[in-house]
Amino acid sequence: MSLVVDILSAICLLTGSFLILSGVIGVIRFPDFYTRIHAAGITETLAASLILIGLMLIAGWGLVLFKLILILLFILFTSPTASHALGKAAWKSGLKPHGLVNKHDED
Amino acid sequence: MSMDAVDVAFTEAAVGAGISPLLMLATLAIVGRYQKTSATLPSPAAAFILVFITGSLLIVGTLDMPAFGAADAPAQLHVAPRYIHLSGEEIGIPNMVTSVLASYRAYDTLGEVVVIFTAGIGVLSLLGFSNSQNNAYFIDKIIAQDEHKILRIVAKILIPPILLFSLYVQFHGDFGPGGGFQAGVIFAAAIILYTLFFGLEVARKVINQTFIRVLASLGVLLYGSVGLVSLLSGKNYLDYHVFADDPQTAQHIGILVIELGVGITVACVMMLIFFSFIENIKQEEVR
Repeated sequence: MSLVVDILSAICLLTGSFLILSGVIGVIRFPDFYTRIHAAGITETLAASLILIGLMLIAGWGLVLFKLILILLFILFTSPTASHALGKAAWKSGLKPHGLVNKHDED
Repeated sequence: MSMDAVDVAFTEAAVGAGISPLLMLATLAIVGRYQKTSATLPSPAAAFILVFITGSLLIVGTLDMPAFGAADAPAQLHVAPRYIHLSGEEIGIPNMVTSVLASYRAYDTLGEVVVIFTAGIGVLSLLGFSNSQNNAYFIDKIIAQDEHKILRIVAKILIPPILLFSLYVQFHGDFGPGGGFQAGVIFAAAIILYTLFFGLEVARKVINQTFIRVLASLGVLLYGSVGLVSLLSGKNYLDYHVFADDPQTAQHIGILVIELGVGITVACVMMLIFFSFIENIKQEEVR
């Protein structure tokens, strides 16, 4: 049983780490602001949750598990909100997504 | 964290995440986007020489210091052994940092609180007495023109736990990292979050400006009065043993009361500073 839990936790941790790596590459490589916050958003929600879940699986019942659940809840509340606020602020101040600008120029 | 200073790391995290970026943004909004060009720019060479001299003096100064973490450093030999070995019996609380901060070194902490209070007074006297009523209306217009529905709902969910957490930090300072300074900053951060999403007018109704000015000074007064009580009972200033017959209980009472004073002052001063910054953002400078 504990072997299964360990393997599950390892899968979660590895997937999370991979997502962080892909998020970093995305932030560097993507063409404009909106696609970049998409990459960053994946890093801070999905990757962080996967890593936390991976840690929860090996934490065992106790205070640590409870704290990890609290952290997960807070991340799930705040990270998407932060991405949303960033995107909205950029849109309000007139930043157009990458593709849109090009189309406009061709017209 | 790597230097085993969890309490300090906690304070830095709270201040760094909650207050200082906001104050920087507010300052930027107040001073405007571009630097005013002045005719008599000081020469960069002079500035460089000044910085170079100061920097080399600082480096020379560090040469006399003992190596980092050295066991024979004066800091490890003088009073630290007593704190480490006897604070369990003398104060009886698990968090040694709090017993040093609030009991052995209560004078220093009183000084720190007074410094924070003075900083608040300084900011108030520089920025606090402007025609803030018009600005409040204008700032609320900026906040209201984008309907931050999602942000408001998330803030509504998050603000009560933040306030609760600050109280936990306040009263848990005896047992783990925490105490008045951190709790005050976290509490103020929650109020600032509220102000940013719901507008200055509403926040003013929740947080009465005169009330927090009074409270800011009451915190320091509370701290100082603790010392005065022990002085009047015939002990030394800030000697907590007058509060109860059992020395450990007396220490606990003293620490709780002065941490409360610290928390109240820090929270109120942070809020005061934030409000006086945000009230100074003027219409022409934003547009």
